[in-house]
Amino acid sequence: MFVQHILGLSGLCAAILFIFGLKRMSSPVTALSGIVVAGIGMVVAIAASFLVVFDLSEQVRPHLTVNLVLALVALTIGGGWAWLRGKKVEMTAMPQMVALYNGMGGGAAAAVAAVELSARDASSAVVLAVTAAGALIGSISLTGSVIAWAKLDGRISKPFRFGGQRIVNGALFAATVLLGIALVFFFDCQALPFIAVLFFFGALAFGVMMTLPIGGADMPVVISLYNAFTGLAVGLEGYALQNPALMIAGMVVGSAGTLLTVLMAKAMNRSLANVLFSNFGDAVVQGSGGAQGEMKSADASDAAVAMRYAASVVIIPGYGLAVAQAQQKLYEFVKLLQAAGIDVKFAIHPVAGRMPGHMNVLLAEAGVPYDIIYDMEDINADFANTDVALVIGANDVVNPAARTDKSSPIYGMPILDADQARQVYVVKRGQGKGYSGVENLLFFQENCSMVYGDAQAVLTRMIQAVKDLGA
Amino acid sequence: MTIDTSMTWLIALYIFMLAAFTGYEVISRVPSILHTPLMSGSNFIHGIVVVGALHALLNASSLFGQIVSFVAVAFGAANAAGGYVVTDRMLAMFKSSGAGKK
Repeated sequence: MFVQHILGLSGLCAAILFIFGLKRMSSPVTALSGIVVAGIGMVVAIAASFLVVFDLSEQVRPHLTVNLVLALVALTIGGGWAWLRGKKVEMTAMPQMVALYNGMGGGAAAAVAAVELSARDASSAVVLAVTAAGALIGSISLTGSVIAWAKLDGRISKPFRFGGQRIVNGALFAATVLLGIALVFFFDCQALPFIAVLFFFGALAFGVMMTLPIGGADMPVVISLYNAFTGLAVGLEGYALQNPALMIAGMVVGSAGTLLTVLMAKAMNRSLANVLFSNFGDAVVQGSGGAQGEMKSADASDAAVAMRYAASVVIIPGYGLAVAQAQQKLYEFVKLLQAAGIDVKFAIHPVAGRMPGHMNVLLAEAGVPYDIIYDMEDINADFANTDVALVIGANDVVNPAARTDKSSPIYGMPILDADQARQVYVVKRGQGKGYSGVENLLFFQENCSMVYGDAQAVLTRMIQAVKDLGA
Repeated sequence: MTIDTSMTWLIALYIFMLAAFTGYEVISRVPSILHTPLMSGSNFIHGIVVVGALHALLNASSLFGQIVSFVAVAFGAANAAGGYVVTDRMLAMFKSSGAGKK
């Protein structure tokens, strides 16, 4: 009995530390200490959970040694593997890594549910239903996250679609839910293991089927959604295990994740349902008739000189910058401009990079201080008073077609109004289209010049050009 | 003296409700520059599932229970450890232009 109280208190302790840590994570100044606080909560909770060995039933006691060894081995393998991978992963690959870890959390919740169901000592239909619901959500999150990881990692390149897919997916989901209900009602029946196996297979398959048709550009929203799913699954399993710490932590993440998902979808001007059920990316290519005029190209050193003699420069980085690994070079260039007294700002679109805030992380990695980085809402009004806008590796997020061309698939998406700057330079590898496959009207505008080349090479030449001026 | 530590479904609903509001309130004030670390930070927090998995494993008496909860502990531990490391790495990089001089 005593052990139960210690366990309960350690859980309470962990829940307090989690919420406090999450709160501290909400400002860049205290964020680092926030994750440390949450980490302490986790260590306390894990350490305390071993106390359960003093409070085992007679039936379990003979297995204690084996179970303890298994627990330590599992902690070492899982924790050690993830720790090493997490230390080594490139910042550009962060979204898929988060997806993978998230899937594992969902899988863990589903596995816990499977153990609870197999023990067949559940007391009430409510507990059973909650366990099954957690199993369903956790399983979807597991396979869905793995597919999301594979897509972002470039292992699955094409969205997989076929006619009537929505009907097939709907039927699969309905069948799985029915199996889950059967699980609750026929819990004493002989066929239970059979039903349970079908149920889990259905849930896992649905996670795959639901994620496969979604295009790569929408993956951030999907990962965030699965993050919320896993939180929810963990919360539900927390109830099944009568563990308030799991319930609180799971539900906090469930609601926070849902909010984050909605915010992300909003930044792309899409509803969540639109992301999940419309096959974005199919209807492209049309709507490109609006492009008039010609693309002009400029030399990298000319562009650099123009910026050196400007009063204000706004830089719009995109994922292409990170792909070229040119953030360091960019910041070096920015420091040169700043030394010459030019007002330099970074403008970040909410979906720049592969995940909201991903670009901020990539710039932070290069050492760019966060107080010269501006959000879309904070900087859009400034473009009209900006001498030069430098677009590097971004495309769709500066496409004025989103404001003007109703036939464009990206119509209505909030964009950075780079086209309103006096001069725009776009650093781009070639004449290709953006991630969405839409023609960019900005490139054909009078005040826009293209600087073709790899971002790394272009920036090197720009730095050289500015240095030559100073000498 | 015995103290009843069990939880009714109603109390569970209260806990869920309050936790949901807490999550919503804490996140709604976060600047968008922190969205990625925050997603990974909340990803770390649901790694607490490892505690439930450990509970299942230490109480396992069948081979099936041992195998499945072993997987659950390994997955949960990976979620927690991985989530912590990547969040910590990302947050460690954020600094203001003033902070560098200290």
